[in-house]
Amino acid sequence: MIRFIAWRLLAGAGVLWGAATLTFLVLHFTPGDPAEAVVGGEGAAPTPEVLAQITAEYGLDRPWYEQYAGHLWRIVRGDFGTSYRLHTPVTQAIGEQAWATMELALAAAVTGLVLAVAVALATAGRRRWIRGLAAGAELLVASTPAFWLGIVLLTVFSFGLRLLPATGSHGLASLVLPALALALPIAGVLGHVLREALEEVLDEPFIVSARSRGLADTTVRVRHALRHALLPLVTMSGYWVGALLGGAVITETLFTRQGIGRLLVAAVNAKDLPVVLGVVLLSALVYVLVNLVVDLLYRVVDPRLKEAA
Amino acid sequence: MVKPMVTVENLRVAFGAAEVVRGISFEIARGECLALVGESGSGKSVTARTLVGLTGGGARIAAGELAFDGQDLTALRERGWRKVRGGRIGFVLQDALVSLDPLRPVGKEIAEVLATHTGLTGAARRARVAELLASVGVPEPELRAGQLPHELSGGLRQRALIAAAIAADPELVIADEPTTALDVTVQAQVLDLLAELKSRDRSLLVISHDLAVVARLADRVAVMKDGVIVEQGPTGRVLGAPEHDYTKQLLRAIPAEHTKGTRLSATAPAPPRRPPGEVVVRAQGIGKSFGGRIAVQDVSFTLRAAETVGIVGESGSGKTTTARIALGLSAPDTGSVEVHGQSWAGLDRAARRRLRRDIQTVYQDTLAAFDPRYTVAKVLAEALSVAGVPRRSRRERSVELLELVGLSPEHLSRRPLQLSGGQRQRVAIARALAPEPAVIVCDEPVSALDVSVQAQVLDLLEDVQRETGVAYLFISHDLGVVHHACDRVLVMKDGRVVEEGPVEEVFRTPAHPYTRELVAAIPRLTAV
Repeated sequence: MIRFIAWRLLAGAGVLWGAATLTFLVLHFTPGDPAEAVVGGEGAAPTPEVLAQITAEYGLDRPWYEQYAGHLWRIVRGDFGTSYRLHTPVTQAIGEQAWATMELALAAAVTGLVLAVAVALATAGRRRWIRGLAAGAELLVASTPAFWLGIVLLTVFSFGLRLLPATGSHGLASLVLPALALALPIAGVLGHVLREALEEVLDEPFIVSARSRGLADTTVRVRHALRHALLPLVTMSGYWVGALLGGAVITETLFTRQGIGRLLVAAVNAKDLPVVLGVVLLSALVYVLVNLVVDLLYRVVDPRLKEAA
Repeated sequence: MVKPMVTVENLRVAFGAAEVVRGISFEIARGECLALVGESGSGKSVTARTLVGLTGGGARIAAGELAFDGQDLTALRERGWRKVRGGRIGFVLQDALVSLDPLRPVGKEIAEVLATHTGLTGAARRARVAELLASVGVPEPELRAGQLPHELSGGLRQRALIAAAIAADPELVIADEPTTALDVTVQAQVLDLLAELKSRDRSLLVISHDLAVVARLADRVAVMKDGVIVEQGPTGRVLGAPEHDYTKQLLRAIPAEHTKGTRLSATAPAPPRRPPGEVVVRAQGIGKSFGGRIAVQDVSFTLRAAETVGIVGESGSGKTTTARIALGLSAPDTGSVEVHGQSWAGLDRAARRRLRRDIQTVYQDTLAAFDPRYTVAKVLAEALSVAGVPRRSRRERSVELLELVGLSPEHLSRRPLQLSGGQRQRVAIARALAPEPAVIVCDEPVSALDVSVQAQVLDLLEDVQRETGVAYLFISHDLGVVHHACDRVLVMKDGRVVEEGPVEEVFRTPAHPYTRELVAAIPRLTAV
């Protein structure tokens, strides 16, 4: 078990190294003076003194391998440079926004999963029209663009019914609509996959065996079938982590919430390269950590894997 | 008069347009065991499931009467069924590997029945689970209760399944093929377990395709064919003096000691036997271990042309490893295998390939043995091309091969799924014969087949041998089949050959205690 985790951590470090190398290549091969890119591209019009200072600071006058080593070393120390736009260290700029995004992503992940599981458990293997209805609804929310879904939610619940605030990132009430907008498409896809998996499991002989013991239908579904059907969802972790991170950008902008997503949009617009690269590295880190958790979850869901490793 | 435990009158079950049970009637008295016997597709499993209301989606059920202990089952709602299932009727499904939840410890599956039907609380349930497992002969029950199904052997799994079925002490236990896929000694133990239930005044409905299994257990037998009960009565009468032709045919088809040298199926007699010829395979002192565990140790045998040598033993005894080494698919750690005097070890790749044509295989799983998208014509053409038969004569030769195995040219265009299990096994034999091999290794070739189909395939193997002089290395866990089909036999246990010799001698006067145990455990019809 410890060997397994150590191995996964090593692989994770490899992924982060790859991401760090990619950010270096972007910096290095962006057309024009890298010093200019660091301070914000051509439009920034920095003074020659500033450029000289940056060239010295980043060692842009040294050979590429020394620059590469320096780049990696700065990342290892947690130094992602300074945001030209905010004039604060990138780590600080991201740190200030991270909690708001995490809140949103967690709320959306939990909502999406609960919705998907509830709908799939209730509809799997039922009459044709029930399944058709559920599948239709899932297809609709999964294929609706996230911003449009957000606008619909805003129009109905905020501007129409005046139940929930439209913007801001303070308090639970302001979290409801953005979390729903982010969760619904994910719930649509996961629900669909889960129902298919459940229907396959419900045909297995051990389900008949469980029913022959006098268990209620709900018990059979929750206690026996669900665990088997969860495996494909765990496998799809890459999809839903990506959907959460990518969706956060749109959702935060639409609902004018604080968060990494909006930070990223602002940074891209202003060509604030250090912040963009910092967010890229952070995303890679989140992927690595989520994958580690997922691999451990696999073993909880399917105990047969424990001895295989 | 005492009311019967189960009354079924004119039961009909249909899926869509297909009626699979067509008006059957039977009764089971208290403390009585009824066996429902028939081949695949006869409707026996559907009948069993209907008794617990789990016939399956889309089934239409009609019955003059369908009653359990005087209660009308057709009137039951879901809630009522839940009290009956597990509580008053215990159901043991076939194949415990897939009938137990692979992700849950077996103890939990048993505890589930207790939680549903008894008032026992956590600790009391755990204690009862251990008691139940012990009562069905599972050693170390506390440890086993915490293990997952795949960590248990087939026999232990089947017992755990039985323990779950009898946990709430039901009045009727239905067992669907309870001993299929079990080794013969384990099978005997499971049958004893079921017999003990009966002695406690519980009723039993046993579903089986195996008449010998049924003979040991049942008070009465009902023989099913195509959804109809063709004959039913006391076990001794039905098996001893069958009235219906189908029952007679089933009985005649069972390979065993007394059938040796006779035809099992109603086909023309075989051409005369050839005397055994020169040695084609010689294995000397072969041994193989996997990661420190000895799979095969010091196994030697010779196989002559037109001869059949059987290897019997239970799962894990090293039968299949021995076969793989003989085929040159796996290199032995010690010893050698020579085919036509050439040792596998001394050959380069091209020479191995050439030699491999001389030694072919037929496996148990007829569906897994073919590419599902290939037609029979393509399957045979491929085998013939490997054998070096020129393209223009392949079709003609394919037809010859099909005729040799009792099929006709019309089967050339079929795909595996469009053939029955018996037909697929015939194609497998035809494919094995394509390169005109000296030896065919048959690994459980009839274990997955119904008894009448098994009879035809065994007869066919014999005909082919007499026709072509091919030698068989015949691996089976079924001692009746081995007794019928083989000239000589090796008995394997824990990777070693514990006894070998002419089949008559080994089975009639077994010298080794393990062989004696095996022979004693064979379910016999003659015991009736």
